[in-house]
Amino acid sequence: MEIKIRKNILEKNLTEADKNRSFFREKKVFVLNMMSSPGSGKTQTLCRTLAQLMPDIQVGVIVGDICTTNDADRLAKTGAKVTQINTDQFGGDCHLTAPMIDTAARQLGCDDLDLLIVENIGNLVCPAEFDIGENARVVVLSVTEGEDKPVKYPLMFQVSDAAILNKVDLLPYLEFDAALAVENMKTVHPGMPVFELSAKTGQGFEPWLEWLRQQL
Amino acid sequence: MHEMGIAQELVRIALEALPRDLKDPKVASLNLRIGKLSSVVPHSLTFCFEIITRDTPLEHARLDIETVPVVIRCDTCGRQWEADTPVFRCPDCENGQVRMISGREIDIDSLTLME
Repeated sequence: MEIKIRKNILEKNLTEADKNRSFFREKKVFVLNMMSSPGSGKTQTLCRTLAQLMPDIQVGVIVGDICTTNDADRLAKTGAKVTQINTDQFGGDCHLTAPMIDTAARQLGCDDLDLLIVENIGNLVCPAEFDIGENARVVVLSVTEGEDKPVKYPLMFQVSDAAILNKVDLLPYLEFDAALAVENMKTVHPGMPVFELSAKTGQGFEPWLEWLRQQL
Repeated sequence: MHEMGIAQELVRIALEALPRDLKDPKVASLNLRIGKLSSVVPHSLTFCFEIITRDTPLEHARLDIETVPVVIRCDTCGRQWEADTPVFRCPDCENGQVRMISGREIDIDSLTLME
C-alpha cells in the first residue's frame, strides 16, 4: 500500500524561517546572511563594514561557528551587539538553521537594530540549503581560493543576491585570474553584482557599502 | 554534510504519516524527489537513514530517489531549458535574468508499506 505524503523534507525549517521573517519585519530590521568557505575573510570584511556603517546604522551580528567565540570577540570590538552560536551542541552542524537564528535573535534583542548580519558557518555547501528568514544573502570568495569555486558549488552562488571577491590586494602575488572568477560567478548567477575588494586595505570597499546601504 | 539533519526530518515526517491503527507497520520504501542542484548526496543520505532507522518501522526501508533535473527559464525571452552544467545564462539572449523552475527539491513524495 502506498501512502501519499508530498512534503518538503525541510518544511519545518522553512516554517521557522517564515516566522523569523515576520519577527524581523515587526522589528523593522534588515537581515543579511553572509556565507563563504572558511578563511575567505568574512569576519574581517564585517569588521570593516561595521566600522564604516556605525554609528549611523545600528548593527547586530549573529556569528555561527562550530567551536570557539574568536570571530564574535573580534566583531564585538567594533561596538556592535554580537552573539555567538556554537553548533557543537547540535552535533557540530556545518550550517545555521532557522530555529537557531530565532534563539540568537531574541537573545541579542532586535528593538534598536537597523541591520542584523548573520555570519554563517564557513562552508560553501550546506548553508546555501537552509533558509534562516533573511532578506538578502551575500557570498564571499577570496582570491586565495580557486577561480572555479562558483561552478564547483553552484547552489551557493545561485542563491546569493550579491558576491564579494575579497583579498584583491594579494592579486600581484598570485596567479589568480580575477576576471575568470567573476565570469564564473555570472555564469552561475547572471546579473548578480560582484564587489572586488580588500577587507584588509579597504580597496574597492565603497561600492559594497553603497549596495548594502541601498538594501536597508 | 547536512544529510543527517535531512534524514532525521525525513524519518520524523514518515513516522507521522503512518496510519495509527496499523499494528506493527513495516515500511518497504520511501519515495523521494531530490533536485540535482540541492547539494544532497544520495549515498550519504542513505547511509544516515540506515543508521537512525534501526529498531523503527523504517528499518530496512529502501530510499527510492528520483533525481529532478535543473530546469531554467529566461525571464527576458521565455526560453526554457534543462541545464546539465552550472551555466545559468540564457543561450539565446545571454543577458536575460533567469529563474530556476526545478532542481532544488528535497521532497518526500510517498511511502510504501510492506504487504
